[in-house]
Amino acid sequence: MVGSNALNQGDVLLELSDVHMSFGKVAALAGVNLKIRKGEIHSVIGPNGAGKTVMMNCINGLYHPQQGIISFKGEKINNLKPYERARLGMSRTFQKVEVFGGMTVLDNIRLGRHIHLKSGIVSGSLWAGRTSREEISHREFIEEEIIDLLKIESIRHKPVGMLPYGLQKRVELGRALALEPELLILDEPLAGLNLEEVEDLARFILDVNEEKRWQVTILLVEHDMGVVMDLSDRVFVLNFGYTIMDGTPEEVQNNPEVIKAYLGEEDLYATRG
Amino acid sequence: MQHEGSVRQNEIEITEELTIPKLFYQQATKYGKDRVAMREKEFGIWLPITWQDYLENVKYLALGLISLGLEEGDKVAMIGDNRPEGLWAEMATLCARGIGVWLFQDCLIDEVKYIIDHSDTKFLFGEGQEEVDKAISIFNECPKLKKVIWDDPKGMRNYEEDYLISLKEVQQRGRELEKEKPDLFEEMVNRGSGEDVALLFYTSGTTALPKGALLSHHNMLTMGQHLMAVDPCKASDDYVSYLPFAWIGEQMMSISCGLQVGYTLNFPEEPETAQENIREIGPHVMFAPPRMYEQMTRTVQVKYLDSTWIKRKFYEFSTSMGYKVANLKFDKKAVPFYLKILEWIASITVQKKLKDHLGLSRVRNAYTGGAAMGPDHFRFFHALGVNLKQIYGQTEVAGISVVHRSGDIKFDTVGHPIPGTEVRIAEDGEILTRSPSVFLGYYKNPEATENTLIDGWLYSGDKGFIDDDGHLVVFDRTKDVFTLKDGKPFAPQYLETRLKFSPYIRDSWVIGDKKDYISAVLCIDYSVVGKWADEKKLNYTSYQELSQMPEVYDLVEKQIRLANKDLPDVAKVLKFTNLYKELDADDDELTRTRKLRRAFVEKRYADIVKALYSDSDAVHIDTTIKYEDGREARIKTDLQIRTVRE
Repeated sequence: MVGSNALNQGDVLLELSDVHMSFGKVAALAGVNLKIRKGEIHSVIGPNGAGKTVMMNCINGLYHPQQGIISFKGEKINNLKPYERARLGMSRTFQKVEVFGGMTVLDNIRLGRHIHLKSGIVSGSLWAGRTSREEISHREFIEEEIIDLLKIESIRHKPVGMLPYGLQKRVELGRALALEPELLILDEPLAGLNLEEVEDLARFILDVNEEKRWQVTILLVEHDMGVVMDLSDRVFVLNFGYTIMDGTPEEVQNNPEVIKAYLGEEDLYATRG
Repeated sequence: MQHEGSVRQNEIEITEELTIPKLFYQQATKYGKDRVAMREKEFGIWLPITWQDYLENVKYLALGLISLGLEEGDKVAMIGDNRPEGLWAEMATLCARGIGVWLFQDCLIDEVKYIIDHSDTKFLFGEGQEEVDKAISIFNECPKLKKVIWDDPKGMRNYEEDYLISLKEVQQRGRELEKEKPDLFEEMVNRGSGEDVALLFYTSGTTALPKGALLSHHNMLTMGQHLMAVDPCKASDDYVSYLPFAWIGEQMMSISCGLQVGYTLNFPEEPETAQENIREIGPHVMFAPPRMYEQMTRTVQVKYLDSTWIKRKFYEFSTSMGYKVANLKFDKKAVPFYLKILEWIASITVQKKLKDHLGLSRVRNAYTGGAAMGPDHFRFFHALGVNLKQIYGQTEVAGISVVHRSGDIKFDTVGHPIPGTEVRIAEDGEILTRSPSVFLGYYKNPEATENTLIDGWLYSGDKGFIDDDGHLVVFDRTKDVFTLKDGKPFAPQYLETRLKFSPYIRDSWVIGDKKDYISAVLCIDYSVVGKWADEKKLNYTSYQELSQMPEVYDLVEKQIRLANKDLPDVAKVLKFTNLYKELDADDDELTRTRKLRRAFVEKRYADIVKALYSDSDAVHIDTTIKYEDGREARIKTDLQIRTVRE
């Protein structure tokens, strides 16, 4: 799956240069520069209202920035729609889970594959030829890998709406993975989870990033500093639209400006356990 | 014994020379590619493994172990979920002339260390990262341990310890060794005799540190043969292997019986999917400790409470018919014709479906053993038309010694001895057993061996008697028998299982030896009571909070009144409290087979016991609890003490 991509480990996968995004007179992003290299886990942190979600929305195409360039795999994608960006290999989960509650876990994951189905409506409705071949190969893919990876065998046929929140988040991650993305954007994946669920999900994020089968580059927006510092290769600090810094977890933790703006506030330096 | 004639034809002749590897080789070459030895559900699909695949995997693994330095008599330990690789490892160990040691999958690090060290284990098979982590943390303290072998690559990417090796690599070494010595495997298999030690099995021990029981090939093989003589199985049967291999009952079914009959072993996808997978397979034979059946009963009771009026009525009708028929059968009376028709209706409307949901639709014989099971649960399954039988056994007889015969079932007994087995009662009431399956002794513990094996008789430590029909009645662990206020003896398990028949109660602990009255400490079933609370719109955030709600106390009190019904006054539960947590083997409160460690809990919860026998209506708790990963948490709470009103 990563084969289509000519980039090497360490090459820039996603680049934001001088991105501006304002709503009326409120500047949510005021000239953000960010480079995400292939294979890394790059976290974005910042206080509430810092513009993290706006930044994610700009990256995956829900918003179009007024100024600046967003490029993915060296290609400018400013004008692409979200589904076109998804087809290029970009996938995301949301701060609040956005799953299809009435559908089963398996169907939710399968839905993530939809973008890769190439057969037309005629063969699709007859379930013949290309459709059946395609569906069988996709089914194998889904069952064999995502369900196994996320350890959700026992809830395979359960409607997602009936599941606890932690599992819904896992299913959402599964659906995002079903796209076989090169870049996975996780918007506060750990919010609202208990300690055990956090540990599970953190483990899955690492698996997705490190396992040979996946090696997905991850852009992580997260408030749980313990997890961010443990998982990330690099951390990007955003404060009300401005970049404070971009560096390794150690550099970020020792940067006085970051501490002042963010980490220093005891209650914001929230972590569990 | 009516089946004995039919089984003789296929019966394996167990000579003194026969060992498990010899039988395995014989069966595997006989069935070859044509028959499925085992299945495992993976990626949502049942994948078959033929006898030939089984043989090849075992062969290269055994040779691989030899090339790593396994010598005759070396111990090889295994830990992990039930999966083909686990059984391959065990069989390969035996084929390579080693001795197999199984650990419970959920053993804490201290227990793993104790067993690995005590057993002098040289090689440890762990399943994946979790087991490897446990092995790494004890490796330096167990100098005899040489290699740790894993088979599930998930999460294993960053490990660099040189003593770690994957199962595939071991098999690869085996292939290379075969090139040098092509006949080595067959030679190894053909060596040895039935009296050699096959397994070193650690008993769960309700009272002390686990003891290692040495079991010979002959012990295991005769066990399987004698059980199959009572209830023959067919080669076309299916068996689902999902209970820990560290439990002797699972060894008996998967190895002792499975190998002789050649039925198919089925391994669930994940422990959590076991119930669903059992339903898919529909096994013909089943052996599980009471808690599994208790769980099934609870599932049915909860679904009943949840269903619509019409369904409830049908269920009530069908169970009342089922109970009537079952009671007549228990009394060995003829079932009148009209009742047969009504039961047939009950069967096609409700019971068949229910059995299908529980995975019991094809079960010919279902066994329960390992702990006491209450008559209520027992009746429940017979009312469904499931041929549930009690067994009595222990690790030291390589499985079981006594079992119910079809059509001769009394739920307060465990039945008759299996062929080749003598059972007698000592003067003090202790149950003694003599059979070819009685173990060789405890490893590195001659004192315990002397106290347990006397003149070929196994002293069980259980008390019991033989009733007028020749059935063995197991009274209980000798130490666990209470004396009531009126001087009569009383088995607390009887009351405990009665209490557990309520779907709301998961575990119970009855106190009252030489006391003025009986009291109980109960653990609510979190999911069932939780659901009940949701429906009542009661808010709670944790087990601890839920268990202490007055409404939950009312609910539990109602369940106790039901259990108290028909009991003499001195044997009724008078006071009770809901424990703030579930009883857990990780806290040493239960054994790994979920038996209550009475002496331990009495010491640990001495304050609660004291409060139950005082005038106070609450007890303050300040304690720490242990998680499986070794972390600890402090708990401070007040437990109510409630007196059961009439």
